[in-house]
Amino acid sequence: MGDSRVALDVEIPSDVRYIEGVIELATRKCRELSIPPRKCSLNVRVALTEALSNAILRGNGDAADKHVRVRAVVNDDSLVFDVTDEGPGFDLSADWPDPTKPENLMMEDGRGLFLMQRLMDRVERFQSDGNVVRLTLFRE
Amino acid sequence: MSFSISKQGEVVVVDVEGQLIVGNRQELKQKVLDELEKGEKKFLIDFSQTGYIDSSGLGVLVSLSKKIREQGGELRLANLNDDLQTLFELTKLDTLFQISDTRERALESF
Repeated sequence: MGDSRVALDVEIPSDVRYIEGVIELATRKCRELSIPPRKCSLNVRVALTEALSNAILRGNGDAADKHVRVRAVVNDDSLVFDVTDEGPGFDLSADWPDPTKPENLMMEDGRGLFLMQRLMDRVERFQSDGNVVRLTLFRE
Repeated sequence: MSFSISKQGEVVVVDVEGQLIVGNRQELKQKVLDELEKGEKKFLIDFSQTGYIDSSGLGVLVSLSKKIREQGGELRLANLNDDLQTLFELTKLDTLFQISDTRERALESF
């Protein structure tokens, strides 16, 4: 693995209106790193949006006085996003309903974690100065 | 990001410009529900100017589909780009919605 460097480090108020700006910044960084355009326009944009909305609405309970930090680190092998909120975290390994099962297709919620896991190569959650969701995309 | 509504014959056409995500999904939902309340039955959402959709946006489409169907109406989708098509396939929502390549084909399908 080569040297790692920080490609992005921003902190936003816990408000969903800030998501689009962060996604735009992250997508631009992704393209600058010569990651395939499709991975930037689909995988990064959607998975990071899910992680951010989850952090704001669930992690921080939509509390306007809280914050979410987004940090991206890149090296020769991967692009890694850490999304940190002030909440207690959640159990990534819990038996979440599969939204693609016929009986769940009409669910209005419950696709966020599924999309993160399908669009990223690795999704992790741990505590480190807050609740961190780590999204890893390998550069191939 | 914005949503514009127009009428083509009996069909209410909604153009989604920009993203359909957690920050603006309620706006789309309200606009369509307002039209439904006025008695409109046929709806087409055109994504030709849409960047991306998140799970909240997908959830709103599912919710609208249910509400429109409950009122005896129909919701069709058109002009999904490759990214959006992949998203619908991943979530299997391509099996729930009638999706057309073009606005014209969608309009003809009602």
